Amino acid sequence: MIVGQRKPLAEIKEMVKNHKKILILGCGTCVAVCMAGGEKEVELLASQLRIARKLEGNPVEVLEDTVTRQCDREYMEPILEKARGCDAVISMACGVGVQLLSDLIEEIPVYPALNTRFIGTNEREGVWLERCMMCGNCILGQTGGICPIAICAKGLVNGPCGGTNKGKCEVSNDKDCAWTLIYRRLEKQGKLDNIRQIFPPKRFGLHVNPITQVNEAYQHAQKEEAHHG
Amino acid sequence: MAKFKQALQSGKFVVTAEVGPPKGTDIKEMLHHIDLIKDRVDAINSTDNQSSVMRISSLGACALIKQRGGEPILQMTCRDRNRMALESDLLAANVLGIDNVLCLTGDYISVGDHKDAKPVFDLDSVQLIQAVRLMEQGKDLGGNDLNAPVKFCCGAIVTPEADPIEPQLLKYEKKIRAGAEFIQTQAIYDIDNFKKFMAYARKVNKDTKILAGIVLLASAGMARYMNSNVPGIRVPKELIDEMAGAPKGKALEKGIEIAGRMIRRLKDEKICDGVHIMAIGREGVVPDILAAAGL
Repeated sequence: MIVGQRKPLAEIKEMVKNHKKILILGCGTCVAVCMAGGEKEVELLASQLRIARKLEGNPVEVLEDTVTRQCDREYMEPILEKARGCDAVISMACGVGVQLLSDLIEEIPVYPALNTRFIGTNEREGVWLERCMMCGNCILGQTGGICPIAICAKGLVNGPCGGTNKGKCEVSNDKDCAWTLIYRRLEKQGKLDNIRQIFPPKRFGLHVNPITQVNEAYQHAQKEEAHHG
Repeated sequence: MAKFKQALQSGKFVVTAEVGPPKGTDIKEMLHHIDLIKDRVDAINSTDNQSSVMRISSLGACALIKQRGGEPILQMTCRDRNRMALESDLLAANVLGIDNVLCLTGDYISVGDHKDAKPVFDLDSVQLIQAVRLMEQGKDLGGNDLNAPVKFCCGAIVTPEADPIEPQLLKYEKKIRAGAEFIQTQAIYDIDNFKKFMAYARKVNKDTKILAGIVLLASAGMARYMNSNVPGIRVPKELIDEMAGAPKGKALEKGIEIAGRMIRRLKDEKICDGVHIMAIGREGVVPDILAAAGL
């Protein structure tokens, strides 16, 4: 899932200081699970903002709502009316949700309440770990299901650097050495030969952003349409 | 054949040392160090933004070593340059008469002094060695022809005290297969443990020339600091005690004595093919270390 972190109140307050009627819109999927931008967090931010603005003698009307997914047009349609009735929207979605909402209500400014950080797993209560860098050329089949590009700070694909440190990383003791993890897992599986090969340089040419992906079946349909249309 | 390669193949005990380029344009001290050691060692490494701290580039420093009549080894890390920049620097190095290259991963950005810079790591050290060898065939990594090939004596590093050691050795084998012909190791202090690494390394390829890394101990505190803060370096307790037992103001002399003693033993017992001396900011004492080693 996508992991986000709420921005400090001061930063959010500064962005919307000239707006008088604001919709705070939460997102009920990834950022709700990582406790950054779901229904509860909408409620909290709304209260913080109302109180802060009232204390400053600059009261603001704050509306609250949360949709299932802000990255999906069909979930967004029903709230657009409400958004257009405000002079600004604070989106508590990831950067994708903020952008889709901005596209849908072009005349109303949309402000991000979160910093979008990574895609990863919930490791234990309150702790998330980055797991995938979206390189577009997955090698997890050879590396025991542990990604050296995401888990190794340097993204090394041919083994550890000299900074490997009793299973931890030179960068920080909070980080595991990906290559210790990979080695130990493949050892258990009897598959160390997987990583004896020299992996070639990564292919950054596969990721020229923004990437567009068209489903194969639709590619065909699009061509047909163009042909007959 | 390049001077350093000749030394490696001569069968003699090879000695290299490093200089760390300065941050800024005052190069008096670096030139002094180069002049002091250039005729005493077989080659001089220039570090590449060592410890992720921005300084004069390794290529620039190597050109200076060459100008002063020394034999430079160009250290190249994968941290700051993508494959295009690395390849073009390799071309530049070769036409400037720099014939030796040492391929390293590089420390991570955050340990240094530009914490928000982009960490590149487009290639890793194994792939960089492959790139050097490919360019010797007259090709670049894009599959294009060079108008004339490069020629390098190409080396790599290994950390014999890495914990755990197995993944490190797996990578070592890849470096040798990729074409590394010499190795300069991370600092070693436990020679008996180093012998185990050497037995393994000789099995991987008996022709690979291995220079043991000698980092000068300047104090007991430095040894303790490295033990707790530098992964892959382990100073045994006896050496720390020996450093601590040095009379006040004589710790550096003790460190020189220890380094000299280690080098002498490595040479006399024919444990490896040479040493790489890292005096880390005290390059001026390299001749004293050599004297202590009887070289």
